Amino acid sequence: MNIYVLLKKTFDTEEKIAVSGGKIEDDGAEFIINPYDEYAVEEAINQRDAHGGEVTVVTIGDEDSEKQLRTALAMGADKAVLINTEDDLEDGDQFTTAKILEAYFEDKEADLILAGNVAIDEASGQVGPRLAEYLGIPYVTTITDLKIDGENATIEKDVEGDVEIIETSLPLLVTCQQGLNEPRYPSLPGIMKAKKKPLEELEIDDLDLEEEDVEPKTKTIEIFLPPEKEAGKVLEGEVSDQVKELVSLLKNEKKVL
Amino acid sequence: MKVRKHLLKREKHNLKIDKGQGDVIMDFSFSEDIEFLRSNVRKFVKDEVEPRAMEIEENDHIPEDIVEKSKEMGLFSLSIPEEYGGLGLDMVGKCAIYEELGKTHNGYTTLIGAHTGIGTVGIVELGTEEQKQKYLPKMATGEWIGAFALTEPSAGSNAANLKTTAVKKGDKYILNGSKHYITNAVDGHVFTVMAVTDSSKGAKGITSFIVEKDFPGFVLGSVEQKMGLRGSHSAELFFEDMEVPAENVLGEEGRGYVNALKILANGRAGLAARNLGSSEKLLEHSLSYAKEREQFGNPILEVQAVQHMLADISMQIETLRALTYRVAWMSDQKMRVVKEAAIAKLFGSEVYNKVADLAVQIHGGIGYMKDYPIERYFRDARITKIYEGTSEIQRNIIAGELIRELKKKEG
Ligand SMILES: Cc1cc2nc3c(=O)[nH]c(=O)nc-3n(C[C@H](O)[C@H](O)[C@H](O)COP(=O)(O)OP(=O)(O)OC[C@H]3O[C@@H](n4cnc5c(N)ncnc54)[C@H](O)[C@@H]3O)c2cc1C
Ligand SMILES: Cc1cc2nc3c(=O)[nH]c(=O)nc-3n(C[C@H](O)[C@H](O)[C@H](O)COP(=O)(O)OP(=O)(O)OC[C@H]3O[C@@H](n4cnc5c(N)ncnc54)[C@H](O)[C@@H]3O)c2cc1C
Repeated sequence: MNIYVLLKKTFDTEEKIAVSGGKIEDDGAEFIINPYDEYAVEEAINQRDAHGGEVTVVTIGDEDSEKQLRTALAMGADKAVLINTEDDLEDGDQFTTAKILEAYFEDKEADLILAGNVAIDEASGQVGPRLAEYLGIPYVTTITDLKIDGENATIEKDVEGDVEIIETSLPLLVTCQQGLNEPRYPSLPGIMKAKKKPLEELEIDDLDLEEEDVEPKTKTIEIFLPPEKEAGKVLEGEVSDQVKELVSLLKNEKKVL
Repeated sequence: MKVRKHLLKREKHNLKIDKGQGDVIMDFSFSEDIEFLRSNVRKFVKDEVEPRAMEIEENDHIPEDIVEKSKEMGLFSLSIPEEYGGLGLDMVGKCAIYEELGKTHNGYTTLIGAHTGIGTVGIVELGTEEQKQKYLPKMATGEWIGAFALTEPSAGSNAANLKTTAVKKGDKYILNGSKHYITNAVDGHVFTVMAVTDSSKGAKGITSFIVEKDFPGFVLGSVEQKMGLRGSHSAELFFEDMEVPAENVLGEEGRGYVNALKILANGRAGLAARNLGSSEKLLEHSLSYAKEREQFGNPILEVQAVQHMLADISMQIETLRALTYRVAWMSDQKMRVVKEAAIAKLFGSEVYNKVADLAVQIHGGIGYMKDYPIERYFRDARITKIYEGTSEIQRNIIAGELIRELKKKEG
C-alpha cells in the first residue's frame, strides 16, 4: 500500500505563546508535530506493518519543519517530503495548502492518505476534506478505528460522542481523532536510523505552481490571545439566595440562559 | 524582509559547515543528533516517568509499563555498539541522556544507569566476540538486565580484599562466596562478578566473570532496606558451588581488579551527568516555588536571602555542567581522564547534595514533607557520595594522580 500522511508543524500550546504585531512570535515558541497528525503517523505505520507498503510523510512548511519530519521518520515512517514555501509564499490558508497538496499528489498513486482531524493552531479541519475533493476520492473525518481488507475499509467515526460505522473503499482519505491509537515515542535507535532515511525537499515551482495559483482565499484580520482566566466567583449566604444569584448571573452576566 | 531572512538562514548554515574546520577554537554546543536524541528523552521523561514519580516512591517499585516503554525507547541500549543492536553513543552523547534521566525519580535513573553503566560496559570493553554476540543484543533491548558485583562485606573501599573464590575445574570455574549491596540484583540477568582465582597474588589474583542468574549455585539473598533510591533494588548474592563455564571469563585471568577499576572509571562522567540533571530539576522546583510562595506580603523570590540561595544553586550547576562535558569530551578523545573523572564524580555528588540542601531550605516546611518531591531528592542525593567509590576514595585517586604527575615532571 502507498500510504501518505499530511503533517503540520504547530506551536506547542502547552508552552507560552506571545502575540505581537498581529503575529504569533516565532522566537521562544516551541514547535511540535500537530498532535492529531501524530495519530495519523501512528496509524499509517500500523497499517503498513499489517498490509505492507510504504509510509511517506508530507509537510508544507519551512526549513525548520525538517525536525518534525525527522521525528515522524524516527517513529517509523519510510520517507519524508518537505514542500518548502518559505521563499515563495508570504502567507497562505487552507486553500493554499490543499492546492499545493493537490499538485503534489497529481502523479502519485496513493491508496491511503491520513491527516489530523484539525491542526491545533488554526483548528479549521479543512485541509484533508478539501484535498480529497480535489483528488476525487472518498474521505471520512474524525475516525477512531480503521480496518482495511483488500480494497475495502471499515471505519469507526466519532460523531460528537457517538460512533458511526462507515464502509468505503480505497483510495481513501481519513482524518484522525483522539482514541484511534496511542502514538509511540520515537525510539532512540529509530532516531539514529531516521538520519539515513530519504527526505526530499521541493519548492512550489517543482510542482509547476505559481504564487498566484495558490493565493489565499481568506485574510487574517487580527490575532489575539483569549482573555486571561479570571478567578472563580464563590457565592455565599443562604443556599436559596445563592441559587437565585447564580441563575441571575447566568442570565444577565454570562447570558447562557 | 523575506529575502534577508532567507539569507540569514543560509549564513547560519554556512557557519555550521565551518565548525571544526580550524577557525573554531572551542565549541560548547552539542551536535544536532545529540540535541534531537536528548529532546526526545526529555519529553519521554516529562510525560511518562515524572508523573509517576510519587507512585514509584510510595510503592518502592517502578511500574512495569514504564520499564517496558523505556526499553522500547532504547534507553537500555545506550552503551552498546550499533552492531550489537545498541545506540553506540560516545560519552558526550551518553552524558546528555543521563542528564535528562537525572531529572526524574533517581530509583528509575539508577535502574537504567547501573544497567547501561557498570552492568554492560565490562562486556562492551573487555568481552570476546562470542561473549558480545551472546549477551549484548539481549542487553540492548533490556530483555536481560545487567549488574555489577564487586562489593563484599569485607571488600568495600578496599575492593581488592575479596573473599569470593573461583577454582578452575575442567572447563568450568566453581565460585563460592557472597556479595552485598548489588544494584539491579533482583531484576538482573547478567552479572559482572569479581572473584579470587589465586589468593597468593593479592589484587593480581582476581578475575572477572560473566555470570547468569540461572547458573547452578546462584542464590539471590535478601533485598536491602535503603534510605532512598526507592524502586531500585540492591541485594545480597550467594554463590554456592556456582558453576561458571570457562568461556565466561571476562578479560584475562588475574586482571579482574584492573577491569573493575576500569569499568568504574568509565562510569564516573555519567554519574556526574545524572547529578547534574537532578540538580537542574531542583533549581526548576525551587524557582517556581519561590515565585508562588508569598510571605510578608511578597513572593519569597523577591527576598535577597532566597535569591542568593538560587544564585548559589545556579553557580554549582553551571560549574558541574562545564566539568562533566569536558571530562566526557576528553574521554571521547581517548585522553587519560583518571584524575578528571574522579573530580567529576566527587564534585558532582557534592553539588547535588548542596543543591538538595538549599532546595529544601527554599521550600521551608514543605521541603521536609513527603507529599512534595524535594525531600526525596535530598535522601537520594546522599548515596552519590558513597557508591561507585566514596568521596574519600575519589580524593585518594585525585591526589595519587597529582603525585604521579609531579614525579613525572621531576623525573
Ligand atoms: C545503594 C547502594 C548501591 C550499591 N551498588 C553496588 C553495585 O551495584 N555493585 C557493587 O559492587 N557495589 C555496590 N555498592 C557498594 C558501594 O560501592 C560501597 O558501599 C562503597 O564502595 C563503600 O564501601 P563500604 O560500604 O564497604 O564502606 P567502607 O569501605 O567500609 O567505607 C567506610 C568509610 O571509610 C572510608 N574509607 C575507607 N577506606 C578509606 C581509605 N583508604 N581512605 C579514606 N577513606 C577511607 C570511606 O570513604 C567511608 O567513608 C552499592 C552501595 C549502595 C549503598
Ligand atoms: C517537622 C516540622 C515541625 C514543625 N512543628 C511546628 C510546630 O510545632 N508549631 C508550629 O507553629 N510550626 C511548626 N512547624 C512550622 C515551621 O516553623 C515552619 O515550617 C517554618 O517557620 C518555615 O515556614 P514555612 O514552612 O512556611 O516556610 P516559608 O516561611 O515559606 O519559608 C520559605 C523560605 O523562604 C525564606 N524566607 C521567607 N521569608 C524570608 C525573609 N523575610 N527573609 C529571608 N528569607 C525568608 C525562609 O527562610 C525559607 O528558606 C514545623 C515544621 C516542620 C517541617
